[in-house]
Amino acid sequence: MYAQMIQSEATAEDPDKLAAFEARIAAGEKIEPKDWMPAGYRKTLIRQIGQHAHSEIVGQLPEGNWITRAPTLERKAILLAKVQDEAGHGLYLYCAAETLGVSRDELTEMLLDGRMKYSSIFNYPTLTWADMGAVGWLVDGAAIMNQVPLQRTSYGPYSRAMIRICKEESFHQRQGYDIMMKMAFGTPAQKRMAQDALNRFWYPALMMFGPSDKESVHSAQSMAWKIKMNTNDELRQKFVDETVPQAEYLGLTVPDPDLKWNEERGHYDFSEPDWSEFFDVLKGNGPCNADRMEARQQAWAEGQWVRDGLMAHARKRAARRVAAE
Amino acid sequence: MTAPAACPDPALFEFCLRMGDNTLVLGHRVSEWCGHAPVIEEDIALANTALDLIGQTQLWLGLAGEVEGAGRSADDLAFLRDAWDFRNLLLVERPNRDFGHTLLRQCLFDAWHLEMLTALCGSSEPRVSEISQKAVKEVSYHLERSADTVIGLGDGTPESHARMQDALDRLWPYVGEAFLPDAIDAEVAARGIAPDPASLRAGFDARIGAILAEATLSLPDSRFAHQGGKTGVRHTEDLGHMLATMQFLQRAYPGATW
Ligand SMILES: [Fe+2]
Ligand SMILES: [Fe+2]
Repeated sequence: MYAQMIQSEATAEDPDKLAAFEARIAAGEKIEPKDWMPAGYRKTLIRQIGQHAHSEIVGQLPEGNWITRAPTLERKAILLAKVQDEAGHGLYLYCAAETLGVSRDELTEMLLDGRMKYSSIFNYPTLTWADMGAVGWLVDGAAIMNQVPLQRTSYGPYSRAMIRICKEESFHQRQGYDIMMKMAFGTPAQKRMAQDALNRFWYPALMMFGPSDKESVHSAQSMAWKIKMNTNDELRQKFVDETVPQAEYLGLTVPDPDLKWNEERGHYDFSEPDWSEFFDVLKGNGPCNADRMEARQQAWAEGQWVRDGLMAHARKRAARRVAAE
Repeated sequence: MTAPAACPDPALFEFCLRMGDNTLVLGHRVSEWCGHAPVIEEDIALANTALDLIGQTQLWLGLAGEVEGAGRSADDLAFLRDAWDFRNLLLVERPNRDFGHTLLRQCLFDAWHLEMLTALCGSSEPRVSEISQKAVKEVSYHLERSADTVIGLGDGTPESHARMQDALDRLWPYVGEAFLPDAIDAEVAARGIAPDPASLRAGFDARIGAILAEATLSLPDSRFAHQGGKTGVRHTEDLGHMLATMQFLQRAYPGATW
């Protein structure tokens, strides 16, 4: 549906401008905020960057869940700094979206009233300390796979935001894996937590690449416009190929009895995640959808008086300055 | 008694615990905001404050463990003592309530903390002086930020003003404890390790008076002070709940490394 809409929007544009725009993209040029762009390109970018920003912000919650229970001072500081980085990522991305003519407040309202989505992975709960390892290792790991190619995306501000973000994400992944090592090589209880975390996060991490491209409505146009750089299936395969040996090193079992190295393809064969679960979570029926939205709505509603108060003060000061001149 | 009888310098040990427990407990409280602040910039700023305080905790409790000489690390002290062995001011264990309350608590603490650390930079104990010289830079920035926010919200809308005045009224009785000396303070003061806490009051009053005036908030006229935090004699009910959360993993899985 949406892909068709983009098509018609794109074709409704001035054909000369559109041709010139597409030629620039084909030549690998960056599109900047003041440049002409088709309405569909702008709309697709707002949706993608907005969802990405929302994912960073909602993504603070599952890990924030363990900050107050971190087992050592150092672990607490590392986790807090990580979750703080995610807030920073949200900020860069809202700024990138603002260059397309949509404000941070508008995007936030759209998140809070359900018009916009965030990554479904954050609708899964974090139940033990090992989940802090699994989230860094698998979730940040999958995010990196998705985001590294986006450093070359056609829209300049998005591409630059992704370059900054990717640097930090690879730290996060290493820190996550470091927690996994401590757990997997720790006491039997810790090892059990590590295996349990892998069991619960493996398939949700695979889902982070989105449904198979055959079923993805947005893919074709986005690839043509270099908003998207690889197919979902390519990235998922790359993730599995890189992650399985890491799990083996930890002595943990990937929860997929059909996982097997395929000599001929030079890749692992693996089971698809349960896509009906994916669509359920997308519809709002994941284990934490309601809680995550409630937490964000509450933060926004309870922050209203603070935002209003600080704005009112800024206006008073400005007025006093003018009066003094 | 926190320090075993063999502790070679119980007064210095206690003093380090007082400093480190303040930053540990307040750092924990501030970290509770992560992901829930009114705007992203505040979320990031609160995390920065918490990170500084956790870092200072590692130094103070690390020194406490060193002085005690019983092989306890900063983590042992943070995660394996019960509430009665904590030596933080009652002020910092009070719950966050709303954002304004959190920032007012921060401002009151920062103003005391800055006076204290400034004095400690000249401590006769080089390790105390060294930690303070690092921390004082962070804390002067904390105070700048918390004071700005208190002023902005105090002199904001009628609602923000009322909330800040309410926060001040609630928190003020927890301020005085920081300035009341006891035998440990007397000993570390006599040895030139730390200032007499009462001597910090005038500087604190001047700072806070100026901030509150600009924030259009009125100082409660009572100087009643709840006590029992820095001596550990009577903490509030809040501390036990905080420790139950904070210490859960270390308590549930003793001996594990993380
Ligand atoms: Fe991120
Ligand atoms: Fe991350």
